[in-house]
This record gives sequence, structure tokens and C-alpha cells, in this order.
Amino acid sequence: MSHFWLMALFAFFVSLVFAVLLRDEPREQLKTGAMMLGGFMVTAYVLGWLMYPFPL
Amino acid sequence: MGSKSTTAERPRASAEPGRLAIVCGLAWLVPGAGHLLLGRRQKGLIFLVALPLMFGIGLWLQGRLFPLDMSDPLVFLGAIANRGIGAPYFLARWMDAGAGTVTAVSYEYGNTFLMTAGLLNFLVIVDAFDVAMGRK
Repeated sequence: MSHFWLMALFAFFVSLVFAVLLRDEPREQLKTGAMMLGGFMVTAYVLGWLMYPFPL
Repeated sequence: MGSKSTTAERPRASAEPGRLAIVCGLAWLVPGAGHLLLGRRQKGLIFLVALPLMFGIGLWLQGRLFPLDMSDPLVFLGAIANRGIGAPYFLARWMDAGAGTVTAVSYEYGNTFLMTAGLLNFLVIVDAFDVAMGRK
């Protein structure tokens, strides 16, 4: 499995647990979890590209 | 004049200390069991599946279960995080899993999955405690 998919899998589990902890309604859990997962993925992708030139 | 909350005004604990200890102990030993015991079936089942699965993936990725070594603070903290998952940790030790392969590409990912599963279970225990206290 590639680094990207391992990161995605990790983000999925963390988002799932946090969404279930923070929200009580399944619909709200789904919304919170999806937003959290999206946030993790976008942040990791952007940081990955920012780190691309390093080490210089 | 605004009123300030005093000790006398705070809501009293709605659960007995013995029951709280059982809920928290069970929630640590079996992820999600605390919620199941308190009637939060959906949450309990999700934790019961997700956290041991995350721990299992960590083992599959050849992560390491750290020893309680006080001489190295980071290893010690990692060991505490590992033990947060409860029974799956002891099961893994019993099966001689979690030796860790430092040369494996996925070694650090494995460690991250193993430690995060334990740390998330600590949060689940705190949540079960809050539910038992009637705060949620």
C-alpha cells in the first residue's frame, strides 16, 4: 500500500472516531466525519507539495 | 450581580463510584464496551470495530509495541499509548506480535496506527465517563 493510501486510511479512522465522539445523530456524524476527513486529506496534500523541494 | 457556580450548586454525580470504575475499566479493556454498557449501541459498536481494527493494521504494518522503559521518555510515552487499547494489546503480546521491523517501509506508519488507536481509546473512555456521569 502506498504512503498516500496509508495516510488516507489513518485519516479515515481518526475522522470516524472523532465524528462519533463529537456528534450524536448519524447524519451529523457523517457530515462532521466527511469534513474532517476532507480537511486531513487536503492539508496533507498541500503540506506534501510544500515539502517537495526539501531537502534542498 | 452575576451568579457564580459554587460547589454546592454543581450537579451531583449521577453514577456511583463503583459503577463508574466498572464502566471506565471495561471501556479500557474492550474498546466501545463502556458505551455498550451505557446503552449507546451505535457508538459502542463503531468503537468496538474501528479501534481494534486500527490496532490490527498497525501490527500488520510491522509497528512496534514499546516496552515500559523509563530511561527513554519517548519510548515510555509510546508504551503508555500502546496500552491504551486494552485487551487487543495483551492479545498481541500473548501472540508475540508487535516486535516491530525497523527496516520495514511501513514501520513508522505501524507505530502511528498502534499508538493512535490507544490514544483514541483513552478519549473513548473519557466520553464513556461523561455519559455515565450524565453530562452527555
